[in-house]
Amino acid sequence: MKTYNIKVILLAICTSFLFVQCADDDENGNVLDQDLCSDGIQNGDEEGIDCGGADCVPCEMSVDFTGVFVQEDVMGRPAVNTAFGGSADVKNSYNIAATSERNDTITFPQVNFRRAFEETLELYHDVYGDALGVDLDYETNILGLDAPTFSIVLAHFDALQVAPNAPTTYFDGTNVLTGRTLGDDVIDISLTLMFGGTNGTRFDGNNGTPQLTSDGVDVGDRDLTLPFPYMEDAISQ
Amino acid sequence: MMKKTKIFAAIGGLSIVALSVFLIAADHIDSPTVAGTKVDIADFYAFEGDNPNSTVFIATLQGPLEPGQVTQNAVFDKDVLVEFKIDNTGDFKEDLVIQAIRRDSVDKQFMYFFGPSDVDDPDTERDGISGLTSTVNVNDGIGKVEISTTEETFTGESGGIKFFAGPRRDYFYFDFNRFNEIASGAAAPEGFFPPASATDFFENLNVLAIVVEVPNSMLGDAPDHIGGAVGITGLPKAYNVWVSTKRKQ
Repeated sequence: MKTYNIKVILLAICTSFLFVQCADDDENGNVLDQDLCSDGIQNGDEEGIDCGGADCVPCEMSVDFTGVFVQEDVMGRPAVNTAFGGSADVKNSYNIAATSERNDTITFPQVNFRRAFEETLELYHDVYGDALGVDLDYETNILGLDAPTFSIVLAHFDALQVAPNAPTTYFDGTNVLTGRTLGDDVIDISLTLMFGGTNGTRFDGNNGTPQLTSDGVDVGDRDLTLPFPYMEDAISQ
Repeated sequence: MMKKTKIFAAIGGLSIVALSVFLIAADHIDSPTVAGTKVDIADFYAFEGDNPNSTVFIATLQGPLEPGQVTQNAVFDKDVLVEFKIDNTGDFKEDLVIQAIRRDSVDKQFMYFFGPSDVDDPDTERDGISGLTSTVNVNDGIGKVEISTTEETFTGESGGIKFFAGPRRDYFYFDFNRFNEIASGAAAPEGFFPPASATDFFENLNVLAIVVEVPNSMLGDAPDHIGGAVGITGLPKAYNVWVSTKRKQ
């Protein structure tokens, strides 16, 4: 009786002057009669999300969120696993490791992520040095991080640090590591940290050095002024 | 030369050839296990919103997508749970989790959002030690939004949280082809090209994006910046945040 009355009232509201969403359909095609039953939240007298209670479809006919989900991929800072993982084993292990446990060689006896990352960092220098016919080593970067410490930052602290009370930048010359905007040139910053040495200019293309600290591309014509959701529509052609 | 030999021995199978293929994008196709699957994370952004008292989290997936049919046909996987994780104590264990997962009606696709859920809350079912395993935190529903298409954009807002899911232009930019030549040694001695001749591989490619904007008041106080632990001083307090994709077992 109560259900019937509510439906009658809502139907009246729907068909009169209030233009609210009063009907929707669930995964099984059942027509729902109340706005609360389609808002994606468990509210009112619902027994699950948009199901149960007096007005919504029974939960056994409703949206199913059950199940156990297990991590397969993870990302903090850009290009960490892709650029420093090195081998397939390291990359696969990294993606299924908890962020807080990557410094744990007990949990991951076969993989020392920090050491693997440092080796890859040096290998980049070796590959290029080999082509140039010289012996190249990583040099402490503009943040003052030597190779072991830089690889700790990469492997053990792999998250974006986002500051709630400061402007966001990955690195703008002064401020550093307060998040990542859509426009931040994370490649040039990463290259500078890898190849720039103590002054950031070690291999910057000047004074006869190769250009290894900037890939020469910027954000281009991507619009950085858009309101939420902040990103342009997909490119159509 | 001693050093190089040692490194090659330590890395085993890694070769110059391997170097030439391993950086596809910021995280695109980053490991053999996830490459080309719908769990594959392409990129992650976290920044101050238009409202400076809020933080925006963006995960992009399944990139890069060619424009046209490839993008139009790209869909989120209903068996893949996307989680934004926030560490607000500085130990790199998530304290708060925001979840997103696709569910459909008869004729529409929706992205449902949950959280921020306190992982220490007994009602939040998850492996509280590692955070590698979880269930959907159905008691913390934020709301749902119809998944946008290449033709139409839908955004949702509930309880001060804004949310979106759908195809977008890829904002990652990189002269990927030249990088491969550098990694293989073929670009010596010049290195990267000057801006006039460099090419942004991703300029006209797309991704599937999930965007959530959350009031900072829901994220707790931020811990001391981790930079201080390695001698980078003077940095503002900052959350440690990351994104993961989890597959239904």
